[in-house]
Amino acid sequence: MKICVCVKHVPDSAANITIKEKNRFDESITFIMNPYDEHAVEAAVRVKKQVGDSEVIAVSVGKKDTIKTLRSALSMGADRAILIKTNVRPDSVITSRALKGAIEQDGKPDIIFTGKESIDNEGFQTMYRLAAALHMSVASNVMAFSLEHDRVLVECEMEAGATGVMDMPLPCVIGTSKALNKPSYPTLPAIMHAKKKEVKIIDLESLVFEKPMSRIEILELKPAVEERGSKELKGRPEEVVMQLIQILREEGKVF
Amino acid sequence: MMEKIGILIEIKGDELKKTNFGVITAARDDSHEIYAFLLDGSGAEFKSRLAYYGVQKIIDISSTDGPLEWNPVSWSMAIIHAMDHFGINTLLGLTSFQGKELLPRIAAYLDAPLVMDCTDISLTEHTVNKSQFSGKTIATIKVNGVSYIYGIRPNAFEEKPAPCEAEVIPYQTGPESEGLIVKEIKQGASKGIDLSEADIIISGGRGMKNSENFRILFEFADVIGAAVGASRVAVDAEWVPYSMQVGQTGVTVSPKVYIACGISGSVQHFAGMKSSGLIVAVNTDPEANITKNCDYYIVSDLFEIVPILTRQMKKIVGENQLTGTK
Repeated sequence: MKICVCVKHVPDSAANITIKEKNRFDESITFIMNPYDEHAVEAAVRVKKQVGDSEVIAVSVGKKDTIKTLRSALSMGADRAILIKTNVRPDSVITSRALKGAIEQDGKPDIIFTGKESIDNEGFQTMYRLAAALHMSVASNVMAFSLEHDRVLVECEMEAGATGVMDMPLPCVIGTSKALNKPSYPTLPAIMHAKKKEVKIIDLESLVFEKPMSRIEILELKPAVEERGSKELKGRPEEVVMQLIQILREEGKVF
Repeated sequence: MMEKIGILIEIKGDELKKTNFGVITAARDDSHEIYAFLLDGSGAEFKSRLAYYGVQKIIDISSTDGPLEWNPVSWSMAIIHAMDHFGINTLLGLTSFQGKELLPRIAAYLDAPLVMDCTDISLTEHTVNKSQFSGKTIATIKVNGVSYIYGIRPNAFEEKPAPCEAEVIPYQTGPESEGLIVKEIKQGASKGIDLSEADIIISGGRGMKNSENFRILFEFADVIGAAVGASRVAVDAEWVPYSMQVGQTGVTVSPKVYIACGISGSVQHFAGMKSSGLIVAVNTDPEANITKNCDYYIVSDLFEIVPILTRQMKKIVGENQLTGTK
């Protein structure tokens, strides 16, 4: 079985974002593998173990530094990697086309995993665009799945803890939720071994694809400042509760 | 000529979600004609309530085989056909679980730009605001395309009535669900109110100490119609299910009131709740991060405060029937 896993190199959630030139940010901060993508890599590696005679290929679109995230995927058990190199931060329309181009060039996989969202742009759409481009079925927010011959049974998170069980044919795209698995963190030998694995680099410009009809362009980034008063409510428990209820009524307007 | 704007309306149980009205409010303009898409055969039933918020046309979509059973592919295709049929190239919906299933499918099929989780929008400029990088920045985004899809963050826009006359138009489409088959919907353990929909959320963190203690939060929630959330610590400790997690790798919420009990307030937790109207913290540690970035805080034991709060709220609920939190 040929398994692809699409990963993204994103700023660490704890890093400060310093805005520069109106719509960019200082990228000399710590970048990590998008946390949801860790679950995608784990799922891909587990499928490989389960099915046997399979290959896991990690694919990413990004700047040169993205190779670090691909190495993480390799140390978690992916067999080889493809970096689609670009000097810009492409939107999800371009990203999905680039992924499609590189994946098709490599040979169409049976299944593609990716995280259900990226924690930087929070676009919630690349997996759907990729699936549409490859004419595959797609399910996201997947918290459980099982392979059954040429189909996949998935269980997806829905509202208020409800879940939907769906069935779709292979090949397909699966967007992984955090609830799907617990990624096993790589051992030192695995990290050393990953350094020897193949990372193929393709220039984004070298991929030929249909010109998109749409573009999503960031005009401006601003720090989200929210100054809250941080007022302490003081007194005996009964008193602070009465103060709080008054606040809920007058300021919160919830009853 | 009036520009037609489509709104994907969401139903929960047998009710219109109230967050729909904020989306309708965001789409309204003197030069816009508002089309509401309903897919479960309830178009006529909600006519007066949708008209009250300014919907002029209610498109009651069904399949040629009868009502459309839930299937993300067939629902997306039905909306795409309806948009084409009525000449609509702008669609708004909620950034809810359902919206996250349908809007990207529609955008991908139409090769249309899509921005999810918009907190502000200009339909004439095709610009939106949304938070990025776990709520650390607000991005102003311009979209270019032939059609436009937007997901609005629930509760980002306050609903404002604008009564008008509405017309219900039945629309039939062929059932299409290429590939994907819905087998079963399993109802969740958490009852009723969804985190992303709730007006009031009470959340517990490390200070809850164990699973059983969450009971006191549920008791409060039951009285006032709130939803119960949790921090990552409480979820990782398996005190509560992942579906209750608020924060960067959980649900993003914007209630009118967020009450954090025994939550220290990490950057990642704030990422999921910082757009709440009012943030109230109950924590024994006056130095906890959350006390520095909330509206009000109480330095006290949550196990003392929350039961009193529940008791007092019960009295109030008994005295005057609650309105607006149903």
